[in-house]
Amino acid sequence: MSFLSRHRIILPVVSLAVLLALTFWMQPRAMSYFGLNLLFNLAVPIALATVAQMMIIMVNDIDLSTGAFVSLVACITATFLNDAPLTGVLILAALVLSYAAMGAVIHALDLPAIVVTLGMSFVWGGLALFVLPSPGGSSPGWLRTLMTVKPPYIPMAVAASIIIAVVTHLLIVRSGIGTVLRGVGGNAQSVARAGWQVTWLKALAYGLAGLFGVFAGMALVGLTTSADANIALRYTLLSIAGVILGGGEFTGGKVSPVGAVIGALTLTLAASFLSFMRLPPDWQIGAQGAILILVLTARLLFARKGPAA
Amino acid sequence: MSTAPTKSALLQGFTRPWIWAWLAAALAFAATLGLTSGRGAGELAYAALSFGAFAAIVGMGQMLVITLGPGNVDLSIPATMTLAATLALKTMGSDPGTAMLGLAVALAVGLAVGLANFALIYLLRLPPIIATLAASLVYQSVAIWSNRGLRIKPPEGLADFATGRFLGLPNVAWVGLALAIAVWVVLERSVWGRWLLASGQNLRAARLAGVPVEAVRAATYVAVAVMAALAGYLLASFSGGAALNMGGEYLLMSIAVVVIGGSSIAGGNSNVPGVWGAALFMFLVVSTLNSYGAGAGVRNLLTGAIIIAIVIAASTRRVRR
Repeated sequence: MSFLSRHRIILPVVSLAVLLALTFWMQPRAMSYFGLNLLFNLAVPIALATVAQMMIIMVNDIDLSTGAFVSLVACITATFLNDAPLTGVLILAALVLSYAAMGAVIHALDLPAIVVTLGMSFVWGGLALFVLPSPGGSSPGWLRTLMTVKPPYIPMAVAASIIIAVVTHLLIVRSGIGTVLRGVGGNAQSVARAGWQVTWLKALAYGLAGLFGVFAGMALVGLTTSADANIALRYTLLSIAGVILGGGEFTGGKVSPVGAVIGALTLTLAASFLSFMRLPPDWQIGAQGAILILVLTARLLFARKGPAA
Repeated sequence: MSTAPTKSALLQGFTRPWIWAWLAAALAFAATLGLTSGRGAGELAYAALSFGAFAAIVGMGQMLVITLGPGNVDLSIPATMTLAATLALKTMGSDPGTAMLGLAVALAVGLAVGLANFALIYLLRLPPIIATLAASLVYQSVAIWSNRGLRIKPPEGLADFATGRFLGLPNVAWVGLALAIAVWVVLERSVWGRWLLASGQNLRAARLAGVPVEAVRAATYVAVAVMAALAGYLLASFSGGAALNMGGEYLLMSIAVVVIGGSSIAGGNSNVPGVWGAALFMFLVVSTLNSYGAGAGVRNLLTGAIIIAIVIAASTRRVRR
């Protein structure tokens, strides 16, 4: 095994560093507490959504409902959690449980996850419209305070990203249950032979995804102070891209929580970087796609050097 | 495992995966008519065939890609539709007699998009989901740049064709039907179709058996892009111009009709009649809920619930693993 293929985390780290260096070079004033906060502000909900997506990709599935789910959570946060906190908390807990149930059903009935989550995206979207038919609501005060807190030295967005990365790293890479969960992605049959109930493990992975999805929606409302039913639809694709950018693979339980968070930061930074470049707005989206392709092309270095597993 | 020899012909008919999509479509049709006590049946069927045709065309493209096996899916369909429609309408510039030129432009866009997608997948070894997703952002940008918010009307003759009818059926449905027959013949009766199914069932085995796997994949990714481009061209002509968000709903729609239609999401097994049935069903279920006065929220909720119910029904009836 070559050095690069053993340390897959290098790729996302280097891409983020290069992009950050370019941004600072073009706009030196971004190199400050305030500037960094501005650059990465919206990264926190995206990072959380990416971690949620990672939990699903970890067990060899894919979640096409992330964006709709985060939107629904945002709508509930901006209405129930603000007006009647207890009801709000109960609803959010029910959502996490329903995510876990979805995972159990997908495994027990051997359903294709891509289709079930596709169907669920309609369900979440419908519920969101039900909760909040027109854009509005308001963020609970404590959430707003939490998302706009100004810790010393390190901007909130950066500190939060580090915390998310460390916590999920401990949970998924270091802990015993995390190793078993990744094992489900690697070889579900051998995990079952080892005496684990794969249905429960899948429910756990999906439940974790639901939990991080809830955090993502709440963080988003804390930043934007209001919600609408379509607020986070683009998170579905962003989160998938973030996981892959972070060195994850669609199969085999090969995921990296730290990489996923860095991938989400890179995607957020790419958008800020392009606006600094004064690119015509027409080309902003396309350039984002081009950056994505460019960074992913670097994966070839990692794939080719190591011998086939 | 199965009791095929003792099964009657009728029962065998019900084991065809596509029958469920058609039954569901018929049920939705009847439910709407129940409300109007039979009035407007013709109009409803006509509308379903018109709108269903677009979903069927992109759905058949997506079906071919999904047949290639796990991980294969084209997420650039909406962007391809928009780009093809935008460039075609811009070239035609509402001038009469340019319909064929516009069609050629749209199909060329499809060809280029398909080749670009496959280049990313093959040369850069990107997973198809990510490759088509990233590339679709670029196509979207090109469409925005060339469109500049203008709404160019299609030439009159073309607009008349797209909204017109022949033998009582919408012209777009005829196009979709012709395409369905072509796809079916290619899949079931040509060596390319056999190669495609073989690649989807076991890529490694197919390669070892001498199937030109990469050529099959290239042709499939080009085919889906060309079909999406055709759908975009027809949809823009049908609705009086290209809009930047015109393809949006067809991303999830294209995947949904493939699965409801009874094709295996794991690949290696495709089903042309089912795609058409599912496309009609997807339109009819929305119009049914509309006619019962359901709001957008309830409509989405039920659509999702129905998709999941069909997938569960399809899986419990599955005899082989």
